[in-house]
Amino acid sequence: MFWPAFREMRRIGSPWFEMERLQREMDRLFSGASLPFAQNFPALNLWTSEKDVIVTAEIPGIDPESLDISVLDETLTLSGTRTLEELKEGETYHRQERGHGRFTRTLVLPFKVNANKVTAVYERGVLNVTLPRAEEDKPKKIKVKSE
Amino acid sequence: MNSKAAEKQELQSHTGTSPAVETEGTRNRKIYLPRVDILETGDAIVLIADMPGVDEHSVTITLEKNVLTLTGEPEIEHFKGYNLALAEYDVGDYQRSFSLSDQIDGGKIDASVKNGVLRVTLPKAEPAKARKINVKAA
Repeated sequence: MFWPAFREMRRIGSPWFEMERLQREMDRLFSGASLPFAQNFPALNLWTSEKDVIVTAEIPGIDPESLDISVLDETLTLSGTRTLEELKEGETYHRQERGHGRFTRTLVLPFKVNANKVTAVYERGVLNVTLPRAEEDKPKKIKVKSE
Repeated sequence: MNSKAAEKQELQSHTGTSPAVETEGTRNRKIYLPRVDILETGDAIVLIADMPGVDEHSVTITLEKNVLTLTGEPEIEHFKGYNLALAEYDVGDYQRSFSLSDQIDGGKIDASVKNGVLRVTLPKAEPAKARKINVKAA
């Protein structure tokens, strides 16, 4: 009477595996939340062509002066601060969903870039960084001779 | 048992996503909920929404029967001759509605957009403002 049910349970698989997976997921979630800055902010899009790469980021409501963009070989680092609205006497928040604080993102580009020719435009809360590919890194065309 | 059922029903009506008037865009674009901060000052309610990619021409604010709707339609990001090698975000329309109380003066709503952040100031109607009452000595 007991055994068939027991066998059934074994077939479902180890419940511990699911538990461990859940635990890992929770750890990942909470470790991110305890950091003093946002890990995945801002979200980036990367557009590539043969001669350059464009990185776009949605960073609404920051002072472009506070944005720090640095390039070293193939690594692009974006950092800045999003400040919270300062409340005056007698003002209260009903709802607060927008994030604030310091953020840093580092991105490894698909090729070496010419750091002197990097241009950045911040418009309508979207940052566009254009990074031209380094001259020595550009692909060379090889002609095939026929004899 | 009865109260639990009532509670469940209430919860459903609270979390039900269908607004008073359900609408659907004619364009086949994704619709995102912008993140919003709402704060109350002495004489107004201020609503601040993150809408990256939106400027004063691509945002609309409507007020109908105490429902305030914010809509933003940014231009789709596309660079000709480029491949999208990494995509962490997608560009789509923004839409979000809030129901206002009668205490808002609908005729005096003021809105501005800067750096992709929309700021709507909803002034409180006269009777809703806190008034100071002087106490006279008898």
